[in-house]
Amino acid sequence: MGSGNCNDSENKLSTRNKLSLSKKVKEASIHGCFLFNGLLVILILIGIFALLVWASIPAFKEISIKEFLFSFNWNPTSYVKPSYGILSMLVSTLMVTIGAMIFAVPISIGTAAFISDIASSRVREIAKPVVEILASIPSVVIGFIGITLVGPYIAKIFNLPDGLNAINGSILLGVMALPTIISLTEDALKGVPKSYTEASLALGATKWQTIIRVRIPAAASGIIAAVMLGMGRAIGETMTVLMATGCANAMPTSFTDSVRTMTSAIAIELGEVAYGSTHYYALFAVGLALFLITFAVNLTADIIFNRRPKL
Amino acid sequence: MTNRRNNITEKIGFGILTLCLIVVVLIIVVIFTNIIINGHSAISWDFITKAPTDGMTKGGIMPAIIGTFFVTVITAIFSIPLGMGCAIYLNEYATQNMFTRLIRISIRNLAGVPSIVYGLFGVMLFVEFMHLGTCILASGLTLSLMTLPMMITASEEALKNIPMSFREGSLALGATKWQAIRTNVLPYAIPGMLTGTILGLSRAAGETAPILFTGVAFYLPYLPKGLFDQFMALPYHLYIMATQHHDITLVRPLAYGTAMVLIVLVFMMNLGAIILRYRLRKNRKE
Amino acid sequence: MEKNIIIKTKNFNFYYGDVKALTDVNIKIEKNSVTGIIGPSGCGKSTFLRSLNLMNNLILSARYEGQIIIDGEDILHKDIDVVALRRRVGMVFQKSNPFPKTVFENVAYGLKINGITNRDFIDQKIEESLKGAALWEEVKDRLNVSAFDLSGGQQQRLCIARALAVEPEILLMDEPASALDPTATLKIEELIQELKKKYTIIIVTHNMQQAARVSDYTAFFMMGKLVEYNKTNIMFTNPENKITEDYITGRFG
Repeated sequence: MGSGNCNDSENKLSTRNKLSLSKKVKEASIHGCFLFNGLLVILILIGIFALLVWASIPAFKEISIKEFLFSFNWNPTSYVKPSYGILSMLVSTLMVTIGAMIFAVPISIGTAAFISDIASSRVREIAKPVVEILASIPSVVIGFIGITLVGPYIAKIFNLPDGLNAINGSILLGVMALPTIISLTEDALKGVPKSYTEASLALGATKWQTIIRVRIPAAASGIIAAVMLGMGRAIGETMTVLMATGCANAMPTSFTDSVRTMTSAIAIELGEVAYGSTHYYALFAVGLALFLITFAVNLTADIIFNRRPKL
Repeated sequence: MTNRRNNITEKIGFGILTLCLIVVVLIIVVIFTNIIINGHSAISWDFITKAPTDGMTKGGIMPAIIGTFFVTVITAIFSIPLGMGCAIYLNEYATQNMFTRLIRISIRNLAGVPSIVYGLFGVMLFVEFMHLGTCILASGLTLSLMTLPMMITASEEALKNIPMSFREGSLALGATKWQAIRTNVLPYAIPGMLTGTILGLSRAAGETAPILFTGVAFYLPYLPKGLFDQFMALPYHLYIMATQHHDITLVRPLAYGTAMVLIVLVFMMNLGAIILRYRLRKNRKE
Repeated sequence: MEKNIIIKTKNFNFYYGDVKALTDVNIKIEKNSVTGIIGPSGCGKSTFLRSLNLMNNLILSARYEGQIIIDGEDILHKDIDVVALRRRVGMVFQKSNPFPKTVFENVAYGLKINGITNRDFIDQKIEESLKGAALWEEVKDRLNVSAFDLSGGQQQRLCIARALAVEPEILLMDEPASALDPTATLKIEELIQELKKKYTIIIVTHNMQQAARVSDYTAFFMMGKLVEYNKTNIMFTNPENKITEDYITGRFG
């Protein structure tokens, strides 16, 4: 019976067929397309790495890896003897990054704790998009603020001719790292099980003690991952440091020195260098070093994040 | 006694946390007011619609606005389909295995690759290997790679919000997998995808480092006529006006004006996305 | 009797990863009958139902052994066209899941994905299906309102109409009335009596009275095993198995 009920439509609704080949091929090829799309992402990451390595090889034919990694002297345009040590820019990068973290981390954790644990849902609804707005401000605008607003203050406070130095870069990078650290820390705090909080409150702890002694420690690995990702951002940021740190090509000795980070070195010099010269390829080598550093930082963050106890 | 001390500690503690949020909000307010107070006087109809003149000491920023618009469109054309495709693969087709784990690790790491490194990659791949030269297409492609991780994450989030019953109901009626996705998942996921996509594009519109060596120009007397022309862009124009111009103090007002246009543009895109997302969430709750 | 058998399983085993959900299920289901599947939650009754249209294939860790023969064809064979099978074996879910489309579009959905574009045919089919699901009179004037504007019971009957539109031979119902009020439940039960004239119906229910009311045959599952399977009136008056008796008399469950 069953299919016999609608004889007129039987030819229109084929109810019983073996797997039709064309349909199978179509579905499989669509699946294949999406699979390739997924594969592409891996290929891009590998491609970036491979191309940077490939472009760095000519540089390392001229420069010894030892010099590249351990010399403080970056002077590719010297008439006497060009030198290609990235150590001073590496130190510069680390300096502004650490400076940024010194003030971004406490403020971020505080803000995240406020948003997730104290704020009313109304305040939270508003605070979250506001933090997102901060993330959306283009780095070049932050850099511009560094020149026009932060710089003069620094110059006045430290009695310097201008305020374009590592402190300025640190402040700006800190501002840029805020949204990343805040939102990820907030997620981490949200992931702390209610039972922990309730247990602590039931023991007579105040809300504040619960936040400080229970919730933040319980979210620690998530927060560390957040800080590392914020650090990764700061290390790789280009335009702000390019504009606000003065970019003097020398080994910095204090935070009031002008610094040239790895990113700003690439940004400044790639535009001026002769195509195909050792200097040109050396800049790709700097890019490779930068890629590897941020990759390591991000991967570590990833591992810390995934190894956190599943609550 | 301890109770009172606890209370005081708590008050101080909460005060500090509140202060943290206030600092963050203050930073945003300072940035916006500073740019708007100093920038609004430069804004005029001519500023928006005219090209720079007199060695970029006068005139407007129209070519930079147009250039940013076009490069963002190119970015959208490449990154949206690729981002959606990858999200569809991960959320609809893929099983949890080594391969998908690898894809996810790649996405997270691509999100952390510095923008200047994308710039270097763009120079090597698009400008040199593909012989595109420095042009708006090469810049757009570079930016689309940079925004890809954001696009994927946003699209996947939107797909996750579609109830499983939409897929099951469709499959139970004899839809093929792709039919179920195309007719009963994507139509409802696209608005959600859009919000994340706009956020990603707003980031692309404000980026400088990836276009620095792939196609952006200091000054062009003409607008880009095709994909293989160089272009001017708002963020780069701001960078030049702020640091590279021969008379920086003279053009400071123009720099502020440029910063204001850029910040307003990006702000509008973000606000649009945030409002759209807010509405979607409300709809879903109902 | 053998001639009238539409579904036959042979030593059907089902696993979620390493967890065995069904063990050696052997059952024969008669054409144009209503078979009720009862058992405590987690006994595998839904798993069994969802095996009959291979919906379990959506679960990645799913694995099965044995045979499920529908109309003489082993649907577990790898060459089977899942899509065609699901068209022949319709399904109504526990929670009514109309699509966020109009009433019309919901019923037309199955036709459209099967490539039917003839407007007259679709119109006719929609009327037929909605009548079949006893919903036509209530919605005929508002085919273009959103399916979400219907009441819970109407939504569930809409899902039945949607399943009927693609002309299945078998209709699987996974606790179709569990989210409905008594009036709406009654309507669905009456509808099931009507539907069995054309379709073979298998209904999972946790409500034993419902099983007793609507089904011709009842299958009792427990811990992944088919404990007892018989005509409903026999099963509920004179169960062979002690466990069955304990269950239907409400001693556990």
